[in-house]
Amino acid sequence: MSARNRELIGLIPASLLVTAGFAGVFIQRSSVISNVSLTYGAIFLGLCLVAHIVIRLTLPEADPYLFPLVAALACFGIVVVYRIDPAEARRQAEWFVIGLVLFVATIIWLRDYRRLERYRYTIVAVSLAILVLPRVPGFGEYANGAYLAVRVPGLGAFQPEEFAKIGLVIFLASYLRDTRQVLATGGRRILGVTLPPLKHFGPILVIWGLAMGIMVLLSDMGSSLMLYGGLLALLYVATGRASYVVVGLLAFALGAWYLGSHISHVHARVEDWLHPFNPRLYHAPLGSYQVANGIFAQAAGGLFGQGFGESVLSIPGTHGSTLLPNPETDMIYAVITGELGLFGAAAVLLAYLLFVWRGFKIAVLARDSFSTLLATGLTAMFAIQVFVIVGGVTRVIPLTGVTLPFISYGGSSIVANFVLVALLLLVSGPARGRLLRRRR
Amino acid sequence: MSAQITRVFVVIVALFALLLVFTTRWTVIDANKLTNNPLNVRTLIDEMRIKRGRILADNGAVLAESVPGPSRTWNRAYPTGPLFAQAIGYSIPAKGEAAGLEMSDSSYLRGLQTGLSSVFGQLTPTRVGDDVYTTLDPRAQRAAAQALAGRPGSVVALDPRTGAVLVMYSNPSYDDNHPQSTGPGQSLLNRATQASYAPGSTFKIVTATAALDSGLFTPNSVINGNSPLLVSGVPLHNDGNQSWGPQTLTTAMIYSINTIFAQVAERVGRARLADYMERFGFYAKPPLDYPPSEMRASDVLSFSGRPLPPGSPQEDVGRMGIGEGGVSVTPLQMAMVAAAVANGGRLMTPHLTARVVNSDGVTVKTITPTLYRQVMKPSTAAALTQMMTRVVEEGTGTAVQLGNISVAGKTGTASIGPAGSNLTQPSFVAFAPANHPEVAIDVFVDESQGGYGGTVAAPIAKAVLQVLLAEGK
Repeated sequence: MSARNRELIGLIPASLLVTAGFAGVFIQRSSVISNVSLTYGAIFLGLCLVAHIVIRLTLPEADPYLFPLVAALACFGIVVVYRIDPAEARRQAEWFVIGLVLFVATIIWLRDYRRLERYRYTIVAVSLAILVLPRVPGFGEYANGAYLAVRVPGLGAFQPEEFAKIGLVIFLASYLRDTRQVLATGGRRILGVTLPPLKHFGPILVIWGLAMGIMVLLSDMGSSLMLYGGLLALLYVATGRASYVVVGLLAFALGAWYLGSHISHVHARVEDWLHPFNPRLYHAPLGSYQVANGIFAQAAGGLFGQGFGESVLSIPGTHGSTLLPNPETDMIYAVITGELGLFGAAAVLLAYLLFVWRGFKIAVLARDSFSTLLATGLTAMFAIQVFVIVGGVTRVIPLTGVTLPFISYGGSSIVANFVLVALLLLVSGPARGRLLRRRR
Repeated sequence: MSAQITRVFVVIVALFALLLVFTTRWTVIDANKLTNNPLNVRTLIDEMRIKRGRILADNGAVLAESVPGPSRTWNRAYPTGPLFAQAIGYSIPAKGEAAGLEMSDSSYLRGLQTGLSSVFGQLTPTRVGDDVYTTLDPRAQRAAAQALAGRPGSVVALDPRTGAVLVMYSNPSYDDNHPQSTGPGQSLLNRATQASYAPGSTFKIVTATAALDSGLFTPNSVINGNSPLLVSGVPLHNDGNQSWGPQTLTTAMIYSINTIFAQVAERVGRARLADYMERFGFYAKPPLDYPPSEMRASDVLSFSGRPLPPGSPQEDVGRMGIGEGGVSVTPLQMAMVAAAVANGGRLMTPHLTARVVNSDGVTVKTITPTLYRQVMKPSTAAALTQMMTRVVEEGTGTAVQLGNISVAGKTGTASIGPAGSNLTQPSFVAFAPANHPEVAIDVFVDESQGGYGGTVAAPIAKAVLQVLLAEGK
């Protein structure tokens, strides 16, 4: 079967998921199956089909599993967001459409994605510039003790790190393509670890500085961790030096520890992480209430969950999600676990892992080192983003405000991640094409 | 570079496995601990989403029902308010608080989880509890409230044949729609099960039971009824300090002669009296389907108000024999005393719950009458019935006469308040019809300015008995 036919078949579960999901929410809301659920299902299937046709025409050999996985995650996300707040789901659906448009545009305009290398300094400059935008007075939006977003008139909040992560990966992939040979050679062996010459620590120092800068300037631990993790993975893959990872993690741990004890917002988040059920922290403003209730929401889920739409998000008699703050963004994993249980949560994680597997597969098959590094960086960044937010909700690490890709409510996230997937497919198309032709 | 990519992938798989381990920790391993964490209000909110069943009177009148609250929750409403508040209690799921039948029958009202639904949870979005039909009689309850006419006191009526509680009224009551804002003149204390009353002469039934059932006395035993009599070194007087001379035990019962019963109690002795008290249910919380925290055991209190162990040498057994000397009872306990005599010595387990009916109208549980204790021989009960019938026919209890229905009863008038004050605590115990009893009743009025059991409490008992007997209870 051709790759595109496999992709087409792969879209069936996604459209069934969105139809069944909406039907479930409607049944739970009013005990009727409205034909609106079928309409939603049909619209999403139609949109996915359009994107599929574009891929079929432009990248016939590209990875067949990536897009169905994304469609399933995005459709699942829109159902969960709808269950939390129908109005937000409508906006999310609009962003979904914009994301798909940008996805198609990226695929068409960037057929020769290696052109990006030519603009790498422009790209990195723009990425760094938009990263600090939230701190610029008049632009930035301060929420929950961190500078996470930029307010764009008419469009709402814009989260620059979602786009910056792609730009930074493009830059580092291109930079490492040139320098990785140099970085990988030379050095002395100390305690069995080959240490590169001191000057080769330049790149790691730069990304370390970037991560620390984000923490100091924006108090944004989540983005800091995501960008640092993704770029470090890229550095390791490019050079094959474990010493980069060891030194890099140590440096980050040291920096995070120092900042964690000196920046009050970061420190508070760490305290909430360590002692979420301490009544003093629980009742403190911006305290551990959210983390603790995320855990409680998961505990309510058990193995099979309470059922779709059955978990409690607000205290009766109050408006909004008073029991589980930010259920559609930060806490969406807790909502999923509460309603679909451990098995539902495991299925979501498995879907992400399959995505990561396909991403790395694309990287391995890619035809040149820039392409390999680009796919590796984007996939690693994506995987670490999932880890950072789910890890925060499950108390593996302190909770920070990054989105769960394709599932969380958020326009920037969904649009940027669609671009990310488009880039992966662009890498995959020619690479797999070459492979398949060679096999014939 | 593919080796490095594989290694990065392995690390990411490990990180995701860590996420799954932690998710498992919260959803399965620590789930119970987290659910019971005092900071976690989800359990309470889940309770608020259960449509608790109704509580109904024996005639089907609704005493408690669920009404829709905000966000798919349910609130509790009590259409009869203060009339049944003490018996029914209240339930505030949002605070995890409950009282009365709402508490003791909560598992029925929340709906028992049986079969598949206990494993997989409910298939329907709203959990619906079962209805509880009680044994309570609204008309008799209303009659009790009206007869008490605002005076602090309590009325308890039982069906001696089954133990069914027909009336449980305590005044002052409260509005169970707003249990947390009890104003002046309202009380959460259920006198029927929690009060500490001095039974006065109604306790002579217990003394007489011990005296007759042990074979030490017969109804015709003659004892000197002169007044005063030195009991435990302190003179004891009859009412009006009347000296009766030698009289039978029956006559002593009819006219409530204190000095005779004091001598009888001293002959019976502490141990035997304690034994019979325990048989009647003293010294233990009543076996009622009601929250134990809202019931007290009837017992004997020392001078300092401490409960004495059964048969304690500190007891003034002579005064106990006439219901003083620290004897402390609940109206429910005295109603059980009357019920035991009425039912031939067989004390049935008192109960408020009659049956449980699920939302489909199917009766899922019926409370069957069970024997609590065989308190005395049937012959003792028959003799006591005769004596008590004459109390109403010709003695202190004539106020309760019901025409052609013979009533067996006993008055009680305990002196309370400082010496020299005229304050009394009138009470009345009765059952009717005397030959085939259908109702046993106890009435207490907290205090009266010189009133007697026969003048203050007996008319209340009469009013309630009339309603219950007219209904053929």
